[in-house]
Amino acid sequence: MTFSVQVKVMPLKDLLDPQGKAVMGGLNNLGLKGINDVRVGKHITLQVDAANEDEAKKIAEDATKKLLANPVMEYFEISVN
Amino acid sequence: MEITVKTAEQLRLTAEEFELIKKKLGRTPNFNELCAFSAMWSEHCSYKNSIKWLKTLPREGGRMLVAAGEENAGLMDMGDGYGVVFKIESHNHPSAIEPFQGAATGVGGIHRDIFTMGARPIASLNSLRFGNLNEAKTQHLLGGVVHGIGHYGNCFGVPTVGGEIYFEQCYHTNPLVNAMSVGIVKAGETVSATALGKGNPVIFVGSATGKDGIGGASFASADITAESTEELPAVQVGDPFQEKKLLEACLEVIPTGVVVGMQDMGAAGIICSTAEMSAKGGVGMRIDLDKVPTRQQNMKAWELLLSESQERMLMVVEKGKEGVVQKIFDKWDLPCSVIGEVTEDGLLSFFMHGELEAQLPAEELVLGGGAPQYDRAYTEPTYLAKTKAFDAASIEVPKDLKAVAEKLIQIPNIASKRWVYVQYDSMVGTGNTSTNQPSDAAVVLAKPSDKALAVTTDCNSRYVYADPYKGAMIAVAEAARNIVCSGGEPLGVTNCLNFGNPYDPQVYYQFVHAIKGMGDACRKFNTPVTGGNVSFYNQNPDGPVYPTPTIGMVGLLDSVQDKMTLDFKEEGDVIYLVGKSYADINSSEYLQKIKGVEFSPAPHFDIEEEFALQQQITKAIKEKVIASAHDVSEGGLFITLIESSFNRNLGFEVASTDGGIRKDAYWFGEAQSRVVVTVKKDQVAAFEKTLSGATFAKLGTVTNGSVSIDGENWGNAISWKEKYDNAIGNLLAGHDSEHALSAL
Amino acid sequence: MKFGVVVFPGSNCDRDMQEALQNDLNQEVVMLWHKDKDISSFTTNDCIVLPGGFSYGDYMRCGAIARFSPMMQSVIEFANKGGKVLGVCNGFQVLCEAQLLPGVLLRNANQQFICKNVYLKGVGSDKALKIPIAHGEGRYFADQKTLEELEKNNQVIYHYCDENGNITAEANPNGTTNNIAGIRNAAGNVFGMMPHPERASSDALGNIDGQIILKTLLMS
Repeated sequence: MTFSVQVKVMPLKDLLDPQGKAVMGGLNNLGLKGINDVRVGKHITLQVDAANEDEAKKIAEDATKKLLANPVMEYFEISVN
Repeated sequence: MEITVKTAEQLRLTAEEFELIKKKLGRTPNFNELCAFSAMWSEHCSYKNSIKWLKTLPREGGRMLVAAGEENAGLMDMGDGYGVVFKIESHNHPSAIEPFQGAATGVGGIHRDIFTMGARPIASLNSLRFGNLNEAKTQHLLGGVVHGIGHYGNCFGVPTVGGEIYFEQCYHTNPLVNAMSVGIVKAGETVSATALGKGNPVIFVGSATGKDGIGGASFASADITAESTEELPAVQVGDPFQEKKLLEACLEVIPTGVVVGMQDMGAAGIICSTAEMSAKGGVGMRIDLDKVPTRQQNMKAWELLLSESQERMLMVVEKGKEGVVQKIFDKWDLPCSVIGEVTEDGLLSFFMHGELEAQLPAEELVLGGGAPQYDRAYTEPTYLAKTKAFDAASIEVPKDLKAVAEKLIQIPNIASKRWVYVQYDSMVGTGNTSTNQPSDAAVVLAKPSDKALAVTTDCNSRYVYADPYKGAMIAVAEAARNIVCSGGEPLGVTNCLNFGNPYDPQVYYQFVHAIKGMGDACRKFNTPVTGGNVSFYNQNPDGPVYPTPTIGMVGLLDSVQDKMTLDFKEEGDVIYLVGKSYADINSSEYLQKIKGVEFSPAPHFDIEEEFALQQQITKAIKEKVIASAHDVSEGGLFITLIESSFNRNLGFEVASTDGGIRKDAYWFGEAQSRVVVTVKKDQVAAFEKTLSGATFAKLGTVTNGSVSIDGENWGNAISWKEKYDNAIGNLLAGHDSEHALSAL
Repeated sequence: MKFGVVVFPGSNCDRDMQEALQNDLNQEVVMLWHKDKDISSFTTNDCIVLPGGFSYGDYMRCGAIARFSPMMQSVIEFANKGGKVLGVCNGFQVLCEAQLLPGVLLRNANQQFICKNVYLKGVGSDKALKIPIAHGEGRYFADQKTLEELEKNNQVIYHYCDENGNITAEANPNGTTNNIAGIRNAAGNVFGMMPHPERASSDALGNIDGQIILKTLLMS
């Protein structure tokens, strides 16, 4: 059956995120209050054919490690619907 | 924690260096101090294994305005009240780990070296080396590096106007990424990296500091936990947007006259900039590390000292003028913070929340001061015996030269690098004249002056491998030749010396002899070495990379009207070869890539012959008797001719002028000191008169597109152009994941 | 008439535009800082240019953050009063984000930044004009209805074409819809284009086709 797999890819916690920083600056300029940090990542959805949820997750994990995320700079979280 | 020789060794200091530090301080350093020495006495900052030989290079004279190594980059006089600032630097190891960010931060770093001196960067170049392009790993590295260079340079807004790329197996694990920047500064607006004046405030400007690039020291830190290791960023992330603002803010502050000295923070961050600025001014600094703007909480003293976070500068300004700086940095939304002041005691005293964390004599940390300098042993590499044993007679001259040429033009080292350079903004700044009118070196308008600069990077490392002395001379000669063929006068050199492990005597032999060759060539061409960078340890268990002493050279044109272009202009123009032909196939692409011969001597090169050739070309350009000039390099005479025909869709009909020379050497050999020029029919007599006494031969004429060699029809130039333009793109087309990666 | 060139943080073609207008077309140019708001010295006979570059690093979406700057609020008012506004490259992206022009500019079809000379067919010349592009996000996109209106009202001011002026798929450098390189608004006073006319307006660079575009759009 087909599983919808959600992959969240984010810059590593302590890594500089220039995009987040610039967006933060833009929000400040707009006068929006209360936001004290912004980090920008990616959300990728995969439709995966697999026998069960675990296998779908494993396939997605493999794909993420190989291509979707760069472990030198990013961490990821995978969830299956 | 207790500091022992073991700690020192973990920080990559030797036992002798640890003893030396204790002797200099008269005590055992604490961890912060040891980290400072580790960074400052590293190869990168101290040049400890290279400085002895670097000092033998011609490092003054000509139009140099500061001595080599004195400032962040070389500075030469252009006349009319303007100076040119330029430097090349490597980012090899970071690019091997993370090609995109490694290359991007390499570009960012070299531009900072230029604008920290008060100059506005006007052109970027680069010199790249990768392994075999058929391999997925190489394609990944190439894609990432090119994307990174483009990402940073395009956003920062400096055009990438030139460069070179070679693919050789020896770079498979150790790619080389060398980036060069060229800037223009008005006389009187240059800034020195010197701290002066007791009580003057020390100001930190630019991005907040994080724990970037301090992996080595972190490893040695005793109290590091498994969890914190995972968090430590192994790579530095570049932010070209931030650097663009930093550039504009710095160039706005300088004309206010309040800046005493400024240095960018690159390798070894705060410790390096404070030590070098203080040592140069013969002063010290008191720094409150807790006043440094940080991106992460609870950073330790040694982390702040060593962090290599990008886009930061250290500035010393006149006391009481802090507000002037603050106002400008506020305007650009950049952090700006007074972190200390200049002292007279020659000591760097670092405090954190009032506690003294480290106290060191600035002078003892720096190159030229207390940093060690070593004599390394060297011995002739064993492979050179194989090189010398090569006999060209063992290679049969191919019957079908056209088939050889068709292969040759598609070798990635020779084929068009279009796939790469369309990803770089080569035109921002509206100064790059080579977009519409190509020449051997890129010719860039040196705005706001009325002059122009010819800039190039060159190094055929296979020649250097075959003969380090001669190969390095050829690198300098080719750079000068490219500038001369573009109508420029060679001014000076910046070098990026990429070698293997200096503790290997065979590698060190390559280094020593390359330096000797470079020095002799630079003296001959009157192009002093204004600075540069040494990158050792480009080596893995399979061996070192080819010795790669990349030459970045800058030449001057009094007016862009003096420029010479490389393309054939019109059907009927007469084609000449200036310089002598030789029966030489040594170290050519033809011999190595098509015949599969790995070891052969460097190609023919005689420095007097080269110098005379360049004088003749300069004369021919000045007297306006030639319509195009393109030097013979990789791929030999045929490739030079076909490249000259592309821009205007023309062709050529030529015949070899010396029947005694084997045909493969005549058309594909890479003997140096040759230039193909074209002459208008009605200027033939004038041209031959101008070059009387020189060696030159009439090859044939420019056609409207057909290519004919020795009476044989070789088809139309357009079909050659298609092969030339698409060879690299076709190789990469099968590799879609590169596209997917950049899509992410 | 006079020209205003807006400087955003990250603009990098602002000086190029200034030089082209000042030195090549002999026009008066005022630089406008993004944090300022006052453009009361500009009348609707004048013209404001949003230059190329990477305003705010092009983070998030190109032009998305710049669009909210104080100066942009004045530029929007100026455009609504009928003043001429030209956005080049990043400036075009800002104009779309600000909804002064319809549609959006997406990532190039090949996912790469592209810098090269291309040819344009459109206002001001019967011949194809040689002009450089330099962008990563230049693939124009709008819904079908908008596209039909643009073509019907002659609002597409430039199409990518080949050297001979033929609008072909091969001449489309970035996968843009219908070879669209530049558009104007319905009122005809706001122009956006991805190619850089200011990079092709001086003899020293060997190409002055860009002068035709700047003169046609802004000075006629």
